[in-house]
Amino acid sequence: MGGCAALPATPRENAPRLGQPADPQWLAHQRVNVFPDGRGLPAGRGTVAEGGALYARHCAACHGRDARGGSAEELAGAVRPLNDPDADRTIGSYWPHATTLFDFIRRAKPMGAPGTLSADEVYALCAWLLYVNRVVPADAVMDAQSLPAVRMPNRDGFIRIEAD
Amino acid sequence: MPARRPSPHTLPEVAGGGLLDRRLFLRRGLLLATATAAAATARATPDGDPPWLHEPGAPFTPYGQPSPHERLTARRIGANSAVPGNGVSFTPLEELEGIITPNGLHFERHHNGVPQIDPARHTLTLHGRVKQPLVFDVKSLLRYPMRSQMLFIECGGNSNAGWHQSPIQRPAGSVHGLISCAEWTGVPLSVLLDEAGVEPDARWVIAEGADAGAMNMSIPLAKMREDCLIGLYQNGERLRPEQGYPMRLIVPGWEGVLHVKWLQRLELSEQPVMSRNETAKYTELLPSGKARQFTFTMDCKSLITSPSHGQSLKQPDVYQVSGLAWSGHGRIRKVEVSADGGRSWADAALDGPVLPRCLTRFRIPWRWNGQPAVLKSRAIDERGNRQPERAALVAERGRAGYFHYNGIVAWAIDSDGTVSHTY
Repeated sequence: MGGCAALPATPRENAPRLGQPADPQWLAHQRVNVFPDGRGLPAGRGTVAEGGALYARHCAACHGRDARGGSAEELAGAVRPLNDPDADRTIGSYWPHATTLFDFIRRAKPMGAPGTLSADEVYALCAWLLYVNRVVPADAVMDAQSLPAVRMPNRDGFIRIEAD
Repeated sequence: MPARRPSPHTLPEVAGGGLLDRRLFLRRGLLLATATAAAATARATPDGDPPWLHEPGAPFTPYGQPSPHERLTARRIGANSAVPGNGVSFTPLEELEGIITPNGLHFERHHNGVPQIDPARHTLTLHGRVKQPLVFDVKSLLRYPMRSQMLFIECGGNSNAGWHQSPIQRPAGSVHGLISCAEWTGVPLSVLLDEAGVEPDARWVIAEGADAGAMNMSIPLAKMREDCLIGLYQNGERLRPEQGYPMRLIVPGWEGVLHVKWLQRLELSEQPVMSRNETAKYTELLPSGKARQFTFTMDCKSLITSPSHGQSLKQPDVYQVSGLAWSGHGRIRKVEVSADGGRSWADAALDGPVLPRCLTRFRIPWRWNGQPAVLKSRAIDERGNRQPERAALVAERGRAGYFHYNGIVAWAIDSDGTVSHTY
């Protein structure tokens, strides 16, 4: 660490500048954020049927076979509307963006081995979850073009309090 | 053996129900009773000297631990039985004094466990809408000029039982203990942003942790520039693993989930990412069916910690009422206490220094006459924000919002001295 150097009067101008330029190739292979406009989505595709099989294997134990909840929260099957004091907040009734599904599933699921699903598998799970929420039809295929094009029922349900 | 004990038993009230002047604390020799845990047992006076007067004590230890007699002063854990790493642990607020939370008692919220990170294999990447994406290793960050600040961190879901239809009966810390306060030391984020060079269209920074699930949250760039830190030290020592070792984001006064732990990535963007935690969670449904989103600042709030649920008053006496107040908007200006359920209020004394976005300890003497009473506290901050009565908060927001509950907390004292939560 060396000796105790006198602190610069204006830390910003005299900051150490120790950041190393990020290798673009390395950066491109990091898991990145997926935005509502689809930025960050990788190549790949998945169907509702493929997603159903993956859901049964990876998700049903906690979220229930029909995605109505278990030890983990309900994902589909909302009955009580959002203006009910006991509203059901499912993907179909509450989530404003379909891209959030990809962003979250890819980084966080399954709980026992997060970040291990392939892009195709994540697209397939998105397709099935949107299907059981009656947002897309049974023959839907999700990919980097179709997923951000899905309009969620509660897209305009949010009031931004401390942001533009 | 004080010859002349000032007698608060005859002093005039400053508000209904027996509240006395806060300046009584300045008097020497004032004896105050303290509410005690209901389970506390009286200790017999031993005959003769205790053994520790006549035998050598324990040797040195590399890292000190609390007395075994204080084993009950511990975090209370509430986790998902199927996924034990997903849950919270509460700071036992009613067991603590002052404003600093010991590091081992700082509240926790983990989504999938505490990663055991080797700092030699951890980096922070700054990328997205910057002129030069940069990678910082931990050793490099430790060489930057740092800043220290005493700050509370409060989970957006703290006190959420306040939305329940009937008052929950649990110790104060087990309801309101998703708040803790520490001195945080780290590198101002503005320094790193300048080093990378921010593109003019950048408006947001998406912070991401290196936990299982790489939790991500969007934070306005303006806030990041203003006062956020890459936190490296907590109360003088490097962060504990459960607080984000080797680094976490510090976002003064804003909700806890934004203080991303195990911080590994900051992506600058012109838009928020709309992550699961800023859409499906940490948003508040209103009676209209619309939801409040991006409610960042933790509002003005206070809580009496003594007496509180689970403690009891042994007999009519003069008690020290004590509690905590805080506001994400700035300094606490005033805390008022009522002993008659909110009909009249008296100013409490504030322990100094009163710091912005930090816990503030308040105290007021209270003469309890043995009759049922209802104690309340309400805080006002330097921006004029006032802690609302629960009924007013529920009238405005409904009961489905879950997050950002800051209603006035009321403790009912029964004639037998037991303390319970009431509305």
